[in-house]
Amino acid sequence: MVAGIENNNSSNTSTYAGLGSLLILPTWLVIGFFLVLPVLMMLVYSFLTKEFRGGVIWEFSLAAYDQFFFDRGLFGDEPPKIEWTYIIIFWRSIWLAAVATFLCLLVGFPTAWFIATRSGPNKSLWLFLITIPYWVNLLIRTISMKFLIRDTGPLNEWLLAAGVIPEPIHMINTNFAVQLGLFYSYLPFMVLPIYAAVERYNFAYSEAAADLYAGRWATLRKIILPIVKPGIIAGCILVFVPSLGAFLAPDLLGGAKNFMIGSLIEEQFKGNAGNWPFGAAAAMILLSMVLIVLTFYARQQMKQGKR
Amino acid sequence: MKRSRIIGMSALALMLAAGVAHAEGKLSIYHWFEYMPQELLDKFAKEYDVEVTMDTFDSNEALLASLKAGKMGSYDVAIPGDYMVEIMTGEGMLDTFEPSELSNFGNIAPQWVDVPFDRGRKHSIPYQWGSTSFAVNRDVYKGDINTLAIIFEPPEALRGKINVLDSQGEVLALASMYLGIPQCTSDRNQLRALNDLLQNAKPHWASFGSDIAKDVLVSGDAAAGMIWNGFAAKAREEGANIEYAFPKEGFVVWMDNVVLLKDAPNRDNALKFMNFLLEPENVAAVTNYAQYTAGVTGVEPYLEAAVTDAPELNPPADQKGEFIQACPQEVQTVYDKIWTDLKK
Amino acid sequence: MARNNDMRWFPGFSVTTLLCLFLLYAPLIIVAVYSFNDSKSITNWGGFSLRWYADVFWGVEAPRFRAAAINSFIIAISAAITSTIIATMAATAMLRAGRFRGKTFSFALINLPLMVPEIVTAVASLIFFSAIGFTTGILTILIAHIVFCIPFAYLPIAARMQGIDDLYEQAAMDLYATRLQTFRLILLPLMAPGIISGFLLAFIISLDDFIITNFVKGAGIETLPTAIFGSVKQGIKPNIMAISTLLLAVSVVFVTLSWLVGRIGQKQQQTATNGGE
Repeated sequence: MVAGIENNNSSNTSTYAGLGSLLILPTWLVIGFFLVLPVLMMLVYSFLTKEFRGGVIWEFSLAAYDQFFFDRGLFGDEPPKIEWTYIIIFWRSIWLAAVATFLCLLVGFPTAWFIATRSGPNKSLWLFLITIPYWVNLLIRTISMKFLIRDTGPLNEWLLAAGVIPEPIHMINTNFAVQLGLFYSYLPFMVLPIYAAVERYNFAYSEAAADLYAGRWATLRKIILPIVKPGIIAGCILVFVPSLGAFLAPDLLGGAKNFMIGSLIEEQFKGNAGNWPFGAAAAMILLSMVLIVLTFYARQQMKQGKR
Repeated sequence: MKRSRIIGMSALALMLAAGVAHAEGKLSIYHWFEYMPQELLDKFAKEYDVEVTMDTFDSNEALLASLKAGKMGSYDVAIPGDYMVEIMTGEGMLDTFEPSELSNFGNIAPQWVDVPFDRGRKHSIPYQWGSTSFAVNRDVYKGDINTLAIIFEPPEALRGKINVLDSQGEVLALASMYLGIPQCTSDRNQLRALNDLLQNAKPHWASFGSDIAKDVLVSGDAAAGMIWNGFAAKAREEGANIEYAFPKEGFVVWMDNVVLLKDAPNRDNALKFMNFLLEPENVAAVTNYAQYTAGVTGVEPYLEAAVTDAPELNPPADQKGEFIQACPQEVQTVYDKIWTDLKK
Repeated sequence: MARNNDMRWFPGFSVTTLLCLFLLYAPLIIVAVYSFNDSKSITNWGGFSLRWYADVFWGVEAPRFRAAAINSFIIAISAAITSTIIATMAATAMLRAGRFRGKTFSFALINLPLMVPEIVTAVASLIFFSAIGFTTGILTILIAHIVFCIPFAYLPIAARMQGIDDLYEQAAMDLYATRLQTFRLILLPLMAPGIISGFLLAFIISLDDFIITNFVKGAGIETLPTAIFGSVKQGIKPNIMAISTLLLAVSVVFVTLSWLVGRIGQKQQQTATNGGE
């Protein structure tokens, strides 16, 4: 499940030498025409002018980015100050995504380790159990979480009935609920790549460390973690990137009030705002952030490769 | 290669089949959510042998934004509220029809024929009308609720438990009424006061949402919520111990209308549908489902008593509602800014 | 590797694993259980009943859900078939065609749909389709789905192809088989498990998509997730739980199938490798 790691072992076989360009052509056409081109188009749109009541005019304008970064007061005639609100939304998204990533790592690493150290058919079954939620509809999982934690939901009802709490714990429509939703949504994304890395780990290292009187935790910190680091980083990216752009969790669990980047963008296209250039600009800024994270990852990978 | 060619061809066939389903006898409706009973659509589809599809929106502004963003030409009819009919007419988004094209035109209740937002009904027919204010859970708060302070300066017991409609027009109109300032004011101090009121109220609100407005009251996620009268009646029927308020500062009155959209792909079916909805029996079915009030005469025999007697539909005689106004551009620009600042 | 497992064991890891599985499954199981609730109020238990399943198939909302389900399956099948064909060709190019121009770039391109956040893809697709005036509805959804299904189909296909020694193909070519025959008679049958897994995963991914579909769908077109989302906004009703449970079951069946096919594939591969040595 670790996407993006090219394995060159057998790529030098060349039964179909010379046909490479032809065989890759459909991929180029489909992804080029229906993903790369649209993203470029989105870049263009972010520099267009918003029409008064929605819709766009094909006229160059920096208004979308201006709205994002500068506050010119209620009537638009004050000297520009820095606009904090969108920065705060982005910051909140980064923060929520980072905490979700950390929580996933905290639970995901031991799980991945535990599964990878099972033997034979058991391992396969454990792995299968982790994989199922990975493929279950994200919408359905978010709905389940919403149902579970609402004020009158099963969790509160049971805790009340058991006498653990005197009144329902209010969770829905809070940052906590969004956080929980993100953690729950992307947890399997963390387990699988770490599992793949631990799988390849040679336990002889651990035994050698033990022979040299290294403790269990010292071995984990000094030997195991550096070796399985690529898997951990891959897992963190697989959790962080979709969390950053999440829409369902803030919308269904956050009451559409605890805005994240995803809800901000959606509002520009589906909500009252109807401000396409601004939505395109926000999406562009999100994409740039993700590309920075991925570049960082690629460089890390290359360093790892050189070692 | 034979097998993959078969697979390829069946894929192509499926793609074509998916695209081809464009036959005659279609009608595409853009409607408010949870408003039109499915049975009524089925009845129309059967009676006129028309395939009906319906998409939903959850605020007048969302309807406008979506149509402006390229959905014009995909729908035949839409159901905007009063001020939005005026805006859409101004934007040239509506087609015109002659009263003679609708045999049931005469069924329109006299007071709804010559309305300010569509003089003489050239683009629209009346559908349902109602009011917008809010409802409060009486288990949580037992004090006086007939004031907009419940939403904008809420008492301790309701803070953090309020849902607000995700609808620019209604929220700003109600806030203006609470402040006692005219709608669409261009006075800067009044606009600032409006902005401050909303910004100060926001921390007390739990969520923004129109489509969730009934559910949050029924499920208990919210203890008070801005809501439409019929939707509040439905929430009450579903078991929420709520009371719908007619605040002393005023409340919003609205009328939803069926409009004929410009570039409608199926203009004839659209007119048939509009005529269908002027039939008392049919529009009464909408009233019985959504619990608003029809703008057509002769519906009374078809109405259920629970609907006609609902307290939400019978405001006290001394209370008055106000229609939302369509603001001029310079005010609307500030309104948009207030709204964006509020939502983010 | 010695059987001395001491160094593999860490205190608390097994408990964490159980906690992890509990967290992942508890909400789903609760929804599944409550979908059999006879009561109209969703949180009070009113006895076992299948009434909400009957409601899904024959109730008031049934025609809407049926139309959405048909759309969903047409799109998922078409998107899965198309993306599997494209991914198989791409895998053959990347792993069996030696060097060609733009190979590294092609690899990045295949994985691009995984890198771009879904909401960005959704926005970009919406802007693109509206800019070129393409509003056919179901076709826009299908195209968008094919794009993001490609990497998901590619992963298992490429993984499988990597494990197949090209010895067999070389042998076939030595016996004057054409490249087409070699592909059809040698490579394709050996790759079948990978292709089937790829197809099934693409199918599930397409069936589950909400965000992109919600942005690019045309007038009057719904898929199951968008129909469910529309209903859920107005309250989590028992019939939504029933339909969610059904969709859940479809996902589980397909993942299980894909898993079983993968296992058969692994066994074959082991035999093949052993035989080849």
